[in-house]
Amino acid sequence: MKKLTAILLLATAFSAPGLAYAKDATLAIQMTNYQGPPAYLAVYLTKPDGTYDSTLWVAGGRSEYYRHLRGWVRGISGTNQRIDTITGASVGSGRTLKVGIAVADALIDAGYTIHVDSAVEHGAENRDDVVLPLTQANSGTVVAGNGYISSMAVTF
Amino acid sequence: MLRRLHSLPGLIAGLIVAFMAMTGVVLSLQPMLDHATTPQAGSMDVAELAQTVANQLPGVTRITHAASGAITAYYDAGQGALAAKIDPASGTVLGEMVPSPFFAFFTELHRSLFLDMNGRLASGLSALAIVVLAASGMILLANRLGGWRKLFTTAKGTLSQRLHVELARLAVLGLLVSGMTGVVMSLNSFGLLGDTGGTLSAFPTTVDGGAPASVGTLSALQALPLSDLREITFPYAGDATDVFTLITSAGQGYVDQATGAWLSFTPNGIGQSIYETIYMLHTGQGLWWFGALLGLASLCVPVLAVTGTVIWWLRRRNQPRIAGNVAARHADTIILVGSEGNSTWGFAANLHLALAATGHKSHVAPMNALAHDYPAAKQILVLTATYGDGTAPASAKSFMSRLTRFVPTQGLRFAVLGFGDRSFEQFCRFAEDTALAMRERGLTELVPFTSVDRQSSQSFAQWGNALGERLGHDLVLEHVPTQPATNELVLLERTDFGTEVQAPTTVLRFALPSERPSLLQRLLGRRSSLNFEPGDLVGIIPPGNPVPRYYSLASSSKDDVLEICVRKMAGGVCSEFLHGLEPGQSITAFIKRNPDFRPQSGKAPVILIGAGTGIGPLAGFVGGNDRHQPYYLYFGGRDPASDFLYAPLLRAALADHRLAGLATAFSRVVGGRYVQDSLREDADAIRKLVASGAQIMVCGGRQMAEGVRDSIDFCLAPVGETVTSLRAKGRYLEDVY
Repeated sequence: MKKLTAILLLATAFSAPGLAYAKDATLAIQMTNYQGPPAYLAVYLTKPDGTYDSTLWVAGGRSEYYRHLRGWVRGISGTNQRIDTITGASVGSGRTLKVGIAVADALIDAGYTIHVDSAVEHGAENRDDVVLPLTQANSGTVVAGNGYISSMAVTF
Repeated sequence: MLRRLHSLPGLIAGLIVAFMAMTGVVLSLQPMLDHATTPQAGSMDVAELAQTVANQLPGVTRITHAASGAITAYYDAGQGALAAKIDPASGTVLGEMVPSPFFAFFTELHRSLFLDMNGRLASGLSALAIVVLAASGMILLANRLGGWRKLFTTAKGTLSQRLHVELARLAVLGLLVSGMTGVVMSLNSFGLLGDTGGTLSAFPTTVDGGAPASVGTLSALQALPLSDLREITFPYAGDATDVFTLITSAGQGYVDQATGAWLSFTPNGIGQSIYETIYMLHTGQGLWWFGALLGLASLCVPVLAVTGTVIWWLRRRNQPRIAGNVAARHADTIILVGSEGNSTWGFAANLHLALAATGHKSHVAPMNALAHDYPAAKQILVLTATYGDGTAPASAKSFMSRLTRFVPTQGLRFAVLGFGDRSFEQFCRFAEDTALAMRERGLTELVPFTSVDRQSSQSFAQWGNALGERLGHDLVLEHVPTQPATNELVLLERTDFGTEVQAPTTVLRFALPSERPSLLQRLLGRRSSLNFEPGDLVGIIPPGNPVPRYYSLASSSKDDVLEICVRKMAGGVCSEFLHGLEPGQSITAFIKRNPDFRPQSGKAPVILIGAGTGIGPLAGFVGGNDRHQPYYLYFGGRDPASDFLYAPLLRAALADHRLAGLATAFSRVVGGRYVQDSLREDADAIRKLVASGAQIMVCGGRQMAEGVRDSIDFCLAPVGETVTSLRAKGRYLEDVY
């Protein structure tokens, strides 16, 4: 049993070479108008077999709340990946999150899928609030969410 | 220094601190409401509860158990997540759970003012300000009252000062807890405390993966009492590799949905346990009564902020402005001031002006600024108050240590004038100590040590005469401390007593000014522009003399008449003027409140002791005692046939129980005695009254007051009480002249 911070160790050392082949992509998420404090979000990729691959973005900085982002935390907790360079503020009701993310070229059109988990204090925990296959055709496509997310688009 | 540490953050942060306190008061209601509306828990285990809830809500994803005991189930009903309130005793669904938008709003307002991190910073700083203010305030108060053991003795001073002290003493513990825990929570929200929220245990890799068992049959959950549960998260339906996630009061872990066994468990760290306790103390969540107490303490904060600002402003307004101050090296006269509340500075400024008018070059400075030597100085005049239990006031704290390094020039003389209040035990103690220390330092005394009681302008003027005599010229000191606006009052009637016994005394009744009270005064229910009660003072300015003389009032402004009782003193400027007044003539006067001299409220008895004109305010108290609180009056005069003041009022009051007992002592009759003597004769009765909580109020001349103190000490000696111990509890009050 190790601390999450200890688990998410030095992933930059592994991902840095990959950045050479990475595409700069834009992630845009529009939240619904819900009642409650800002939401925590985790945007991550799963492999073609459905298992966790890597994290693209985390909104919300307090690690004690990460357990509510269940699909993502379950995936990342077995890895040594670090997320401190891809973590930002939580996103409030009705707000828009727009950030730059890095997506490796090799993963596009290779059976990978983007997932977003969302959670709000004293509210719901949504595994797979949004699910979107990582294909070139889906670049810029606006998809609707099931929970706190109204819509999402990833452009690369 | 300490005072600035108190007033500076108080002024700067007063508004935000008061705001935080008020939002905190609102939030303190939440645990109380939760406690009142949450049903009592039964003896269910977690498995039973989870099964009961799952039966009613098939889509249940998570069940939480709040510190208040409230249980909430989150479930997916097809159109998004919903929350339901669960009965902790039976597990039945009580209805939809809607989080209160009211408390959510105030929570966010309290912790971040809706300004995100900047707001959280402001909130944290105001918590820090509360800690600094509470701690520095208590140290200041202990200093002022003469030590930590006297911290809870009666507060004196203006209404603002007393309110400030009384409320602060009530609230200080609560405010310290709120402030310190608030600081910790703020540090935590900035991530400066490390991991206090519980570390995340790694998702188990050894899931059984078999067919999920019914939740009610899982052994780990059956062994877990509901009281230990914080949160249970169900596995995703249809995902055989998912698990139950549990947070308990001891830690967190995972339970296999097929075998019902713990897959892993991480206990809480010590840091988290401490932080959870701090969180509970600050929010009152899980400890509703404590939260309510903190809420009550916080309720005092806005009043403390306002009264604190008033105190600061009054002190600042009285700050000295010395015009034409001569440099210390060139001055022939050095005026050193020891002051706590700045009132002494007014006297110093007046002395400075009077000296300048007679050709002196004087330098005015705080006592703390005592130089190594004064090359041109002929005399040093020290004007000082005494603080608390006989110690140095703020502007004289370092005087004694500086004096040891002071080098007096040849022939340098000094005089010390002490300011104080005779009702304090250590009256002018520091001033006397200063005089002694200067004598020991080799300085010669210009005029003997003199004390001034309650800023008496007469004593000050007399000291000026004596000083002028030694300096070889007239020195007229006419200091009128903050003269208020005066009124012209017309004499309605007078009743004379005591001429036969060589104690001419007159009771004067004046009409109140006819001018209409201001709108504010009318809103406050006042019928006259003057507002006073018995025991307050009227300052009367005699013709041709700017220094007011004070007389205790025997009536209330509600009586529509201003009544005083005046003994004619040979050569007394004001008393002779008043004794010469005829109805229709008028006086120039103003009211000086004396809020410390009032009978206690409630049902406990009050012993009133007065001699001669001292009966005046006491008769006023008796006359207004419509609630029939047991008042006992001891009156001393010379001859019942001549100076039994207020006899008709007292007889009527005895008849209708406004007065419970009356004892008189007359000195110029056969078997004559003083009021002190009748107190000693009644020792048993006095003891009983004091044992039942009686307060003693004395009004009269200085000698009589001294005799009464001795008598009361004599009466109370068997029960171990003294005048001093009663005074400390606010149960021995004197109005002495």
